[in-house]
Amino acid sequence: MLCRRLNRWLGGDESRVDSRTIYVGHRPSTTEAFIPPKFCDNRIVSSKYTVWNFLPKNLFEQFRRIANFYFLIIFLVQVIVDTPTSPVTSGLPLFFVITVTAIKQGYEDWLRHKADNEVNKYPVTVLENGRRMGTESEKIKVGDVVEVNEDETFPCDLILLQSTRDDDTCFVTTASLDGESNHKTHYTVPDTEKDLDSLSATIECEQPQPDLYKFVGRMHIYKTDREPEIRSLGPENLLLKGATLKNTQRICGVAVYTGMETKMALNYQGKSQKRSAVEKSINAFLLVYLCILVSKALVCTTLKYVWQSKPGQDEPWYNQKTQREKETNLYLKMFTDFLSFMVLFNFIIPVSMYVTVEMQKFLGSFFITWDRDFYDPEIQEGALVNTSDLNEELGQVEYVFTDKTGTLTQNNMEFIECCIDGFQYKYRDAVSELDGFSATDGPVSKLQEKAGKEREELFLRALCLCHTVQVKEPTGRGQDHTDSMAGVDGMEGCPPPHEQTGFIASSPDEVALVKGAMRYGFTFLGMESKKMKIMNRSNAIETYDLLHVLNFDPVRRRMSVIVRSKSGDALLFCKGADSSIFPRVRQEEVEKIRVHVERNATEGYRTLCVAYKKLSPEEYARADADLQAARLALQDREEKLIAVYNQVEAGMTLIGATAVEDRLQEEAAETMEALQGAGIKVWVLTGDKMETAKSTCYACRLFQRGTELLELTVRTLEDGVRKREERLHDLLLEYHKKAVQDVPPTKPGGSRGWSKPSQDFGFIIDGASLSMVFNSSESSSSHYKNLFLQICQNCTTVLCCRMAPLQKAQIVKMVKCSKGSPITLSIGDGANDVSMILEAHVGIGIKGKEGRQAVRNSDYAIPKLKHLKKLLLGHGHLYYVRIAHLVQYFFYKNLCFILPQFLYQFFCGYSQQPLYDAAYLTMYNICFTSMPILAYSLLEQHICVEVLLDNATLYRSIAKNAMLRWVPFLYWTLLGVFHGLLFFFGVRFLFGNPALQANGQVFGNWSYGTIVFTVLVFTVTFKLALDTRHWTWINHFVIWGSLCFYVIFSFFWGGIIWPFLKQQRLYYVFAHMLSSASAWLVIVLLILLSLLPDILLVVLRKPLGPRARQLSENCHPQTFRLQLLHHYPTNISRKESSGGHEVVEQQEQHQQQEPFRTSFQSGP
Amino acid sequence: MMASGYNAKEEDGHHSGAPGNGGAGAVKSKKPDNTAFKQQRLPAWQPILTAGTVLPAFFVIGLIFIPIGIGLFVTSNNIKEFEIDYTGIEASSPCYNCAQNYSWNSTSSCTCKVPFTLEQPFESNVFMYYGLSNFYQNHRRYVKSRDDSQLNGDLTSLKSPSKECDPYRTSDGLPIAPCGAIANSLFNDTLELYHLSNGTRTAVVLMKKGIAWWTDKNVKFRNPGGNANLTVAFQGTSKPVNWRTPVFELDPNDPDNNGFINEDFIVWMRTAALPTFRKLYRIIQKKVDAPTLASGKYELEVSYNYPVRSFDGRKRVILSTISWMGGKNPFLGIAYITVGSVCFFLAVVLLIIHHKYDNRCSSADIPN
Repeated sequence: MLCRRLNRWLGGDESRVDSRTIYVGHRPSTTEAFIPPKFCDNRIVSSKYTVWNFLPKNLFEQFRRIANFYFLIIFLVQVIVDTPTSPVTSGLPLFFVITVTAIKQGYEDWLRHKADNEVNKYPVTVLENGRRMGTESEKIKVGDVVEVNEDETFPCDLILLQSTRDDDTCFVTTASLDGESNHKTHYTVPDTEKDLDSLSATIECEQPQPDLYKFVGRMHIYKTDREPEIRSLGPENLLLKGATLKNTQRICGVAVYTGMETKMALNYQGKSQKRSAVEKSINAFLLVYLCILVSKALVCTTLKYVWQSKPGQDEPWYNQKTQREKETNLYLKMFTDFLSFMVLFNFIIPVSMYVTVEMQKFLGSFFITWDRDFYDPEIQEGALVNTSDLNEELGQVEYVFTDKTGTLTQNNMEFIECCIDGFQYKYRDAVSELDGFSATDGPVSKLQEKAGKEREELFLRALCLCHTVQVKEPTGRGQDHTDSMAGVDGMEGCPPPHEQTGFIASSPDEVALVKGAMRYGFTFLGMESKKMKIMNRSNAIETYDLLHVLNFDPVRRRMSVIVRSKSGDALLFCKGADSSIFPRVRQEEVEKIRVHVERNATEGYRTLCVAYKKLSPEEYARADADLQAARLALQDREEKLIAVYNQVEAGMTLIGATAVEDRLQEEAAETMEALQGAGIKVWVLTGDKMETAKSTCYACRLFQRGTELLELTVRTLEDGVRKREERLHDLLLEYHKKAVQDVPPTKPGGSRGWSKPSQDFGFIIDGASLSMVFNSSESSSSHYKNLFLQICQNCTTVLCCRMAPLQKAQIVKMVKCSKGSPITLSIGDGANDVSMILEAHVGIGIKGKEGRQAVRNSDYAIPKLKHLKKLLLGHGHLYYVRIAHLVQYFFYKNLCFILPQFLYQFFCGYSQQPLYDAAYLTMYNICFTSMPILAYSLLEQHICVEVLLDNATLYRSIAKNAMLRWVPFLYWTLLGVFHGLLFFFGVRFLFGNPALQANGQVFGNWSYGTIVFTVLVFTVTFKLALDTRHWTWINHFVIWGSLCFYVIFSFFWGGIIWPFLKQQRLYYVFAHMLSSASAWLVIVLLILLSLLPDILLVVLRKPLGPRARQLSENCHPQTFRLQLLHHYPTNISRKESSGGHEVVEQQEQHQQQEPFRTSFQSGP
Repeated sequence: MMASGYNAKEEDGHHSGAPGNGGAGAVKSKKPDNTAFKQQRLPAWQPILTAGTVLPAFFVIGLIFIPIGIGLFVTSNNIKEFEIDYTGIEASSPCYNCAQNYSWNSTSSCTCKVPFTLEQPFESNVFMYYGLSNFYQNHRRYVKSRDDSQLNGDLTSLKSPSKECDPYRTSDGLPIAPCGAIANSLFNDTLELYHLSNGTRTAVVLMKKGIAWWTDKNVKFRNPGGNANLTVAFQGTSKPVNWRTPVFELDPNDPDNNGFINEDFIVWMRTAALPTFRKLYRIIQKKVDAPTLASGKYELEVSYNYPVRSFDGRKRVILSTISWMGGKNPFLGIAYITVGSVCFFLAVVLLIIHHKYDNRCSSADIPN
């Protein structure tokens, strides 16, 4: 929090050097030498290119990619230097890649242009000299008065001057900005004249800044005869571009920020490019292959000159050099020779791999969008993929950071009970759908049994008044509504005028509370021109003037309203978290309520305390003045406001507390268990209270009965008399000893998932302690951080409660940057999770109730938490395996493609003579071998999804980039080398006697190359076929189709004298090859021999394979049984709720089960 | 029932048109199609390679390969091959003098006679090859030094050969036909075979047709302006510098074997894969009554024109019969026998392993 403020202060310093001054309407006559300030126009430009700069700019962008640049260099070398292969061989694929990318980007940009145009050409009405002028949105200038009708979006950021509504308000939704779809009320600038023509004013406001909820400004209204009036402007006066006008016929506003300076445009930024770990592996492998390439070229160049130094070799009589060659400088020749070799071997790093990887990612992401398992009937949506670059990263996740509210829990609040003056009022809700309110003994009567009637009613009035809930007006401005929206079914016999109302609020707690109050007889009817209407138990309507709303914010964790009752008393009602209310009320009341609050919290309910205060007229007058003053402040308005709030909200009387249940998401526990089974560590980062969060963790089985909890919270820190710092130090050391040092080192990364360390640890830290860890004195900070990290890494679950959004990101960053740089995933649904979603390697948004901001900033969005399981264990696993195989295979197939060509140099006098024909060189990666691997990388399911989902431990088998580490890379490389050697020397020995045809005719060098190439194409395709575990018809089609295509192409290519070719090298070479029995025999032999080690490996691994799988199969029912055993006591704990005691109990039970576990293990 | 207050969310779905939101997947408001493809549930064959399935395959491979290998080996061994090195490096060699005294300018060819004895008769068709060693026909500069369109009878290429032919492109201002290093270095030793029996020296009839690929002879190589009157067709071109005669006099007696479609020339133009190579020179047709080459003494008469000493080359003549698999090459047979045996051996090893593991876990194949 401090950090953010500091940031703003530092960062904002520059931009706040001067505020901008805007002249509304007529410029004041008093100002002399008026220079119209320059502001940008109202054009939104999100496109990157124009028609003119597209080609150069796009090419420049594309060649900034290192791979493209490399291929460009190779191409240029081929053009300039006399190289063995024609520039076409590398130019064509490069051209293809560049063109495809350019078309794609061009299309995307065209879409952006279209969207821009739609926005920029949008017709708007501008008031000019009293006349209404239609114009285009992009022509709006700062200072123009713009008229907007209902359901239109605002064309720029406007200060609301005039509204058709009587109460000088207007409603907007900012769904497209922050996703909050509730109607927000905005106010006109107070006391502006109704006649905008005669308005003469200046607005002084801050320079544009991206925070949607911050705006400070001042409006000077000049009147001819009076001193200029000054009005403060705040975010409630500012209508943001992109928001939509609702429930209001027409408004007029003056443009303050336009075009790229609007808050929407400032908020729009290209998401930072996240790169997956696989890509890093690719780059590492690329480097290795580049080294191989360079060393090959070096070896060949050196040997060439050694060989040439022997007499008669360099220039025999039959093979004279050209004049130019003779004249070339020796060193230059060496260099060009080196380059030639580079070009000859450059196919070892294929252009097509990048294309294939991109295609695989792009196409592969569709399977996530298409997955019906991700479809949620409630919101009628499936999963959303915002980036396709991270598919495989989903299979590599080691840490999951999850939000609690709305992610683990449903954020579907239900009023459970309240406590008034220490008496508990439980709302009977045995069967949730049935309203037990009126059925059983009515709580109305029950209420009266306990606390005094007056207190009760005060409490219920507080609930009814202290909120920012709006009553939904279904059809807009009409008072007639037929929508049956709300759950007021229990209100029999007292039909209020707003019977079928729905409530809209930014926080669901508020709705739950208002509805809760409704159940007890107090109904909030809505607001009319700053008057709140409620209907009390005797169906009488009470009205209260709403004087001030002291808004909720996560720092204060409370909100208040000041109302004036009919009787003229100014009342302050405040509700908020216990920790923020208790210090502000008279202490003697606290204890009896605290009991209830704590009990409720341990049951997993969200608790709020309600307090009130009667303000004497003097008090109110002072508070009112202070509030007004603070709201007018241009500088540090926030701080000043908070100071006033704190001052007003003091010395209150505690009335009671509420408990609202936030139900767990569907299958939350199962999902979490699966994640833990997959070896993923789950950290819960929440802004909620520790007790609530802890109970949620228990309910989700993140903490189990055997888990030993290590707490590092304000409570534990304040245990002793010592300073907090010291206590922190001691605790950290103690926990470190417990969790890190005393634990016997376990073998990391083992697939034997069920043999967990004997003791599970859970770690709990709260925001305050965390900031102490992070921000303690310089020297110890990194030490503490280290200790903290080590403890956390040894715990199965870490719970961080009372987190500010920035702290969430901080934690993610800390883990992300820790040793081994584990892959992190953040999942959340609210705006407060955005920072951690952006920070983590993979950010997942839940299409929850808290708006769409998380979804928009996420890489993947899913409707429900339960979908995470399939996303990671199913899709993630498969994509990782697919892409890892794709990458390895690509390097392999190019190694065994180029190695024979390298070896051939030893037999052709190091003359850079290519072994294969140019057509084969070009087509190998594009046509002959590209499709099978693409199909494989899209369709392969080496283990089918159901099994993956059932056996979470399988996820561990690919943890830590297992398939792209150096050992598998070495295996593939050796395989490639083996195949290359085999191909070349197999054919070499065959060509010991080149008379291979039955008619005694001989084969030449192109036949040699064609035989090698045929073996190569068939072998690499069969190798892939051997690895394919999931043969759909597409795989069949593509694999056999590729081979057929190769054969047909070869016939075709060799069957015609191509007029555009200088040399008809392959004329009938392929056909002659096929007419030779020896060629057939050698092809079959070499293919078989190449695949032999692979088959052998598969078979030899198999005796282990099924065994492991069998064991995992065996372990599955075992874990299931354990789950059942767990389940029962957990349920008990939910009901009995005896706080920390049950943990011990459970531990004992757990230990009793231990023999079971061991017996299961040794069983099969 | 509390959720009912929150139905106002539908409109969220429409905001995806915000600029720059061009992500991979747009928001789909309707349920994804339930097609097998989209749900990744295409019916699939899921083969699992286990010892059980691979074992028989290995056995079968072993059982097939070993007989094939033996067959190949025997076939290769039955091929009779006789090789004569006539380079003339050693002083005792009959061609020593020719090799020593060689000069490009001499117009008369040096002839030498190499006697040899065939121990065994050659029964079927005998193929006569010449072989060169350490001759880099696969050198890049050499391989590309040709003009296939010229050789295909293209008239413009005839007059202006491709640049690739340098430095054998023009001579004395005239385009060379056929241009290029390959054509220029055409093997020009003449080899004749004589059978010495009972003091008589009878020439063995050598067929010069059918030594080149049919497609080369009939399609790829064409004389400019048809086969008639080659002298006119090649007017305005120069002979390759190292040739004694112009291209239209390669075989003046047979218009079907003259010019570019001379088979010796075509065979030479098919560049060899390795620096040691052989090329088909002549075919000795099978006789009806007697062995093609009866055992006994023979004499090879070489008109020694082709210099190889400068690059340490060797020249050989090879007489060989041919089987269905081509010339003599024991490699395939040995390789097949080896691979077959390895497969067989592996099959046995696997059988043992399989047997051992079979006892431990009987249900090796878990259906997915």
